[in-house]
Amino acid sequence: MKTFSLCIVMVLIFFLTVSVSAQEPLVFENQQQQDRFHQLTQELRCLVCQNQTLADSDAPLAHALRREVYEMLQSGQSNDQIKLFLVERYGDFVLYRPPVQNNTYLLWLTPLILLLGGVLVLRASIKKRTALLTNNERPDENPDGNPDEWPEN
Amino acid sequence: MNSRVVPLLVFILLIGLLLVGLKISDRKTLIPSPLIGKQVPTFDLPVLDNPGQNLSQESFLGKPYLVNFWASWCPTCRVEHPVITELAKRNAISIVGLNFRDLPADARTWLDRYGDPYDVILVDADGRVSIDFGVYAAPETFLVDAAGIIVFKHIGALTSEIIENEILPRVAAMPPTERERSQ
Repeated sequence: MKTFSLCIVMVLIFFLTVSVSAQEPLVFENQQQQDRFHQLTQELRCLVCQNQTLADSDAPLAHALRREVYEMLQSGQSNDQIKLFLVERYGDFVLYRPPVQNNTYLLWLTPLILLLGGVLVLRASIKKRTALLTNNERPDENPDGNPDEWPEN
Repeated sequence: MNSRVVPLLVFILLIGLLLVGLKISDRKTLIPSPLIGKQVPTFDLPVLDNPGQNLSQESFLGKPYLVNFWASWCPTCRVEHPVITELAKRNAISIVGLNFRDLPADARTWLDRYGDPYDVILVDADGRVSIDFGVYAAPETFLVDAAGIIVFKHIGALTSEIIENEILPRVAAMPPTERERSQ
């Protein structure tokens, strides 16, 4: 009896998943168009759940915007046209990859600045350690060195 | 000495960053709208109480008005409803309700229950116009001037502070000649 009711539950769950995935039956003209749809919805942000893409989100707005993207694809618009359509309405925030422009230079350049800073620090500390090792008569005694004993700038 | 001070400074900096982040996350609804300063999007929508009649953005040229996106499924709209009712009583500005992604029957039930503060309600059943306005949360309110330019947008429930400090001063600052010019 237990097994039977479990089976019933499993079957119900199966139908539940089927009906959920059938919520948005999008028919694409070809594989290429389908790929573009998936690529675009991965790159666009759902503004309701702001850490989700349009592809991931189940918010009503995401449904509406996916439909919008789908219809624009069907009518032959380019990826750039579709993105522009959304940016004109929702701003750059809708793009997961923001454009490089005046107010995003800092955003784009920070990783590079951090990397450069790291390289400089690394170089300085290697220089210090090399100097320490060459000055030291018996470097093997303290091969790792003690940061607190390093010469100051 | 330096090697002890530097990590401490970095730590303090990170704490500062954390605090700023916490403060900003409170206001994450404040995504600046690209529509501020631009012409109101074009629309042509049926009137809720008179489905045979359509109104476009041109019907509203000549005097400033508020566009308030609401729906019966939106709990926050109920929160701001008394504030809108209060504003409507003052006759300071006409208020256009934009009932979006909603059923007319549900909308009417909602209005019967809570009251109808709007001068006119337009029906955007499939939400197309709400997308053109860049609406992503409900309610959202736009202040449009007599020339059809969006001058202010508020996301979320209107409060009497927003009305007193943001909306009414902007309405008062609009040149009265605009009314005559656009008519």
